[in-house]
Amino acid sequence: MQLSLADHYREMLIIRLVEEQLMVAMTSGLVSGSTHLCIGQEAIPVGACSVLRKDDPLIATYRGHGWALARGVSPVDLMAEVMGRDSALNGGRAGSAYLSAPLNHFYGENSIVGAGVPVALGLAIACQRAGDGRVPLVSIGDGAMNQGNVHESLNMGSVLEIPMILMVENNGYAEMTPSHALTAVPAIARAAAYDIPGFETDGNDPIAVASTVAKAREIALAQSTTVLVEAHTHRLAGHYSGDVQAYRPAGELQEKHESCPLARAEEQLTQDEVTQIRASVVSYIAHEFAAATQIPAPSPEGAFDYVFSS
Amino acid sequence: MSSVADYPELSYIRAVNLALDESLQTHPEMIVFGEDVAIPHGPFGATKGLLAKFGDRVFDTPISESAMLGAALGSAMGGMRPVVEIMYADFLFVAMDQIVNQIANSSYVSRGMLKAPLVIRTQQGHTPGACAQHSQSVEALFAHIPGLRVAVPSTPADVYSILKASIALDDPVMVFESRKLYPTKGQVAVGQDDSGIGIARTIQTGDDLTVVTWGTARALVEESVASGAGAGASIEVIDLRWISPWDSSRVLESVSRTGRLLVVHEANTNAGFGAEVVSTVAEELGSRLRASRRIGLLGTPVPSSPALAQAVLPTVARVTSAITELLKD
Ligand SMILES: Cc1ncc(C[n+]2csc(CCOP(=O)(O)OP(=O)(O)O)c2C)c(N)n1
Repeated sequence: MQLSLADHYREMLIIRLVEEQLMVAMTSGLVSGSTHLCIGQEAIPVGACSVLRKDDPLIATYRGHGWALARGVSPVDLMAEVMGRDSALNGGRAGSAYLSAPLNHFYGENSIVGAGVPVALGLAIACQRAGDGRVPLVSIGDGAMNQGNVHESLNMGSVLEIPMILMVENNGYAEMTPSHALTAVPAIARAAAYDIPGFETDGNDPIAVASTVAKAREIALAQSTTVLVEAHTHRLAGHYSGDVQAYRPAGELQEKHESCPLARAEEQLTQDEVTQIRASVVSYIAHEFAAATQIPAPSPEGAFDYVFSS
Repeated sequence: MSSVADYPELSYIRAVNLALDESLQTHPEMIVFGEDVAIPHGPFGATKGLLAKFGDRVFDTPISESAMLGAALGSAMGGMRPVVEIMYADFLFVAMDQIVNQIANSSYVSRGMLKAPLVIRTQQGHTPGACAQHSQSVEALFAHIPGLRVAVPSTPADVYSILKASIALDDPVMVFESRKLYPTKGQVAVGQDDSGIGIARTIQTGDDLTVVTWGTARALVEESVASGAGAGASIEVIDLRWISPWDSSRVLESVSRTGRLLVVHEANTNAGFGAEVVSTVAEELGSRLRASRRIGLLGTPVPSSPALAQAVLPTVARVTSAITELLKD
């Protein structure tokens, strides 16, 4: 079922406002350490999750708050985890950059560049053998395309005929270096190298992302193959909190803000729709944040549990 | 139940094969994969006959250790019970991230919600002529990582029971086999379940000295003791079998009686697991530990030529002279 643009907008706004709320929380000292925000990239998780099955396994990167939220994790749980509280997600063990929500089939963020791809391949093997039509999606940045394990996985997914979607979020930068300076060929060119289908999409348009991911999913299952999707977008926050972004050319941020997924959706929606959705999401996130600050810190006695499961 | 006398004599590699075969029957969610494990029966024959019997639950992969071990974690979290073969332990290093950052963390960070019931089988150590990149004993590197269970079985009976128990467990386990030991034979308690995860075995009891060993070094200790090392002294020998978590209480109990400790392993002495054993005993027993020694590789890469390898790897002679020295204290 295709979501309307208004529905997409609401979902994207939730992600944007959670990320902005976390920036505020950081300045007031409520977050320890650094975070990697997905401001500007909201259309990709929102569009993708609108067409994935709720039980399609999902893996993201440290820039993965948007994927967790798009997969149905509540903002209160996510913000509590980021603030090191005893959250329903990981009880403060994961933090911003490594959180997971197994009940939502979100197998987690990953703080090692590229490393989620082999893990997703394994989930894909499990799904394929279960034969119940689930297809995992793993999201990485464009910089991760230069990690060996990504190439190992694309080759293995191709030769072993494993249905999986590799989503490459090309946001223009890998940390502080422009992507084009680091990568010999575009991400999409790697698809042909491994004889797998590849699609590019407008990563600032949730409807375009949704239709591309729907197509990729269908092909992955029908042809029993790994599929690569490169979504073009732009990161509007720093690489990490505290990144002063001196590496950006003058005027870049302003220009990219104007073409960000929220700005573009707002152009197409009526003023009334925008005002109404904004008002409701603003109060929703304020409420969720207040609730998150009420969640206590985890008890230190628990710190020794679950090194092993059995 | 059959009596001990009825247990068959099996080679170490055949015991591995049998453990995999029986486990594949017991656990329908188990899969076996690795390089050359299916059609070619495994580089050392560990997976012989499994493809014919279990079909596509046993499959060959590209030579991509990161993807293999990531796929082990993913498929384990997705409800399967993968057993992956890494041909030589030396090859683990191209996939360290998947072991250390991915597999080892999954239970802890998810508070047990993302279980990783997987086994990484590999074999390690030096055999004559093997180069420095195919000769290392690397178990201590993994014992250092919280969240991994590490076993180093030294006999056909142990590798059979340890593998079966590891496969049934919901935790990631690394089993370090030995190609030197693959042809060695011993009685195997086929069909018996091993509940001894993390449990050492006392090979012989004694009052004057405790020798702790595992893996290929056990044979050196046994040969040294059998040839009369310690001249009539009473020596206790413990095969640790598991180095993480390890059976420290058994070792402490033993050394609290003997007061002397020798640890023998094939791996490098410097920062080897022997250091952990000795320091744990020293911390717990204080001056009741009268003397201790470690024997291992003498701080070099392992040279290929047998003449050179002999000079740096543990030998029966080194074990015997350490036993003699310790008994003087
Ligand atoms: C293996 C590894 N190397 C380096 C890093 C440090 N690091 C974290 S994010 C990042 C940039 C990754 O860029 P990209 O893949 O394009 O993703 P983006 O951050 O733009 O979302 C780097 C180098 C890391 N986390 N892991």
